[in-house]
Amino acid sequence: MRIVIVDDSGLRATVLEDGLREAGYDDIHVVPPHGAWVAKLERMAPDVVLMDLGSPSRDTLEEMLAVSRALARPIAMFVDQSDETMIGAAIDAGVSAYVVDGLRKERVKPVLDLAIRRFRAFASMQAELNEARTALAERKTIDRAKAILMESRNLSEADAYSLLRSTAMNQSRRIIEVAEALITASDLLGGKS
Amino acid sequence: MTPISIAFLPLTDCAVLVAAKEKGFAAEAGFDLRLIRTTSWAETRDRLVYGQAEAAHLLAPLAVGVTLGISQHRCALAAPFKLNVNGNIFVMGTEFAQALDPDPIRRLEDPLATAHDFASAIGLYRRKPIIGMVHRLSSHALTLRYWLASAGIDPDRDVSMPVLPPSFMSDALRAGEIDGYIAGSPWGLVAVDQGLAETVMVSARIWQRGVEKLLAFREEWMEANPEIVDRLIVALSAAAAWCDEPGNREELARLLSAPEYINLDPRIILPSLSGRFPVRAGAPLADVPDAMIFHREAAGFPWRSQALWIYSQFVRWGFIKASAENEQIAGNVFRSDVYRRALGASGLPMPGASMKLEGSLSTPLPVGSSSGTLTLGPDRFFDGRVFDPARIEEYLAGFAT
Repeated sequence: MRIVIVDDSGLRATVLEDGLREAGYDDIHVVPPHGAWVAKLERMAPDVVLMDLGSPSRDTLEEMLAVSRALARPIAMFVDQSDETMIGAAIDAGVSAYVVDGLRKERVKPVLDLAIRRFRAFASMQAELNEARTALAERKTIDRAKAILMESRNLSEADAYSLLRSTAMNQSRRIIEVAEALITASDLLGGKS
Repeated sequence: MTPISIAFLPLTDCAVLVAAKEKGFAAEAGFDLRLIRTTSWAETRDRLVYGQAEAAHLLAPLAVGVTLGISQHRCALAAPFKLNVNGNIFVMGTEFAQALDPDPIRRLEDPLATAHDFASAIGLYRRKPIIGMVHRLSSHALTLRYWLASAGIDPDRDVSMPVLPPSFMSDALRAGEIDGYIAGSPWGLVAVDQGLAETVMVSARIWQRGVEKLLAFREEWMEANPEIVDRLIVALSAAAAWCDEPGNREELARLLSAPEYINLDPRIILPSLSGRFPVRAGAPLADVPDAMIFHREAAGFPWRSQALWIYSQFVRWGFIKASAENEQIAGNVFRSDVYRRALGASGLPMPGASMKLEGSLSTPLPVGSSSGTLTLGPDRFFDGRVFDPARIEEYLAGFAT
């Protein structure tokens, strides 16, 4: 069974491809949706096409499915329209699948199950990464705000932090917001840091 | 509060939904309205069809196409309310536009002449022009095909029409992947603003009252939840009235410009609401007074004849075979009965009929209505043809000559 993954985020495609290979599928191709990618897809004659549900390239692909002679066999998004749980899970995970009509359900279901799991894993990885990035950026901002207070008000680091925290509590704001406001104000007043 | 999710694509004509949420019309009617921003029409459709949203902001022809089974999974959709009338802009790259009338305002004023100029321009161009479409089953595609064909252009032979989401069009034009595109506001104006393209035609000059976006439900869900549906239509109708008020345009443009909606400078969005917009960077503005209509003239009323016009064009372009069954399925997507049920007590003027001749009015006309006076605006097609929903076969035969 030939599986094509249409994706331009290298990481997600790799996560999915690795999973499929581990599960014993070996005819897997990754096609980024750029240039003449639909023509390439036609030449490959895939049995299953997997892509991100929200990808703008889906409209392009579906248009080609509607007019293409090479891909004359109709392609359906899900093999078994009655399997609502699976469809719901796929949409939640952001998977869209185009499957050659006539391909047996038992053969496609494990591929979809796997794609759903891998898309989910990728999404939570992304979320963790974003969280870590935000946390790091916030810590840097707070450090800068502390430095400003330490220098301008001659405070120790601990006192600078507790001043930020008590200000935030008094104003019902987050510490990061107070820190950002302080940095902006300091920049406006021509502060060094 | 009733939670309800509506999927939408970032476009000026999601205005009624945004106003319903941001101006409190939805909350006042007891809705916790969640608007789900999607990237492509395929995604909007899937979120609706597979039940991830109760309703969607949808291209009218796509709703008819999904119901007829010509866009992936067949699903019976129902549209009891139209979110707007008109709003699409056709632009071509500056190089191609050089072969057209040098006065861009005159181009808009004479669609017939411009269609013929366009046909000559194709002959002069070094290859088939590539025109970006937002969807094969879109009002954009149907009106553009209609207009091009009037000058003898075969849209399936003489141009190529790849599909891209509207928000990706101007980048594709800049990258040389397409030579022009037709898209809903404000996306047509983005390329004009950047000096990449010039306006060639606006949909309101091809069909003065063109059917555009719908509020679409899965028919099954709509039938099972009449109370929610009616209450939602009442709230959206109030939001549409607010959107139509010229004094609210600047605020509306600002609301739409937010990152969670269109995410574009309000300066680009406002012209598509006011109907005064640039056709070429630096040139005088064009006046298209009916560029987008939300509420007046009973704009929300889903005329069954408009669903049938869409069906007639599907048949014309070979998207589907003509049959009494298909005709009936298509007509039933537009649910004027539900509109009447929901807004019957509102005091809004209500059309007396559910079908009309499309394209027969060249001046505003007061028509029969159950309460108050309802005046319908001019709805002519630029070539003067009239669509009689009772004589579709005859109408289609007229194009063959």
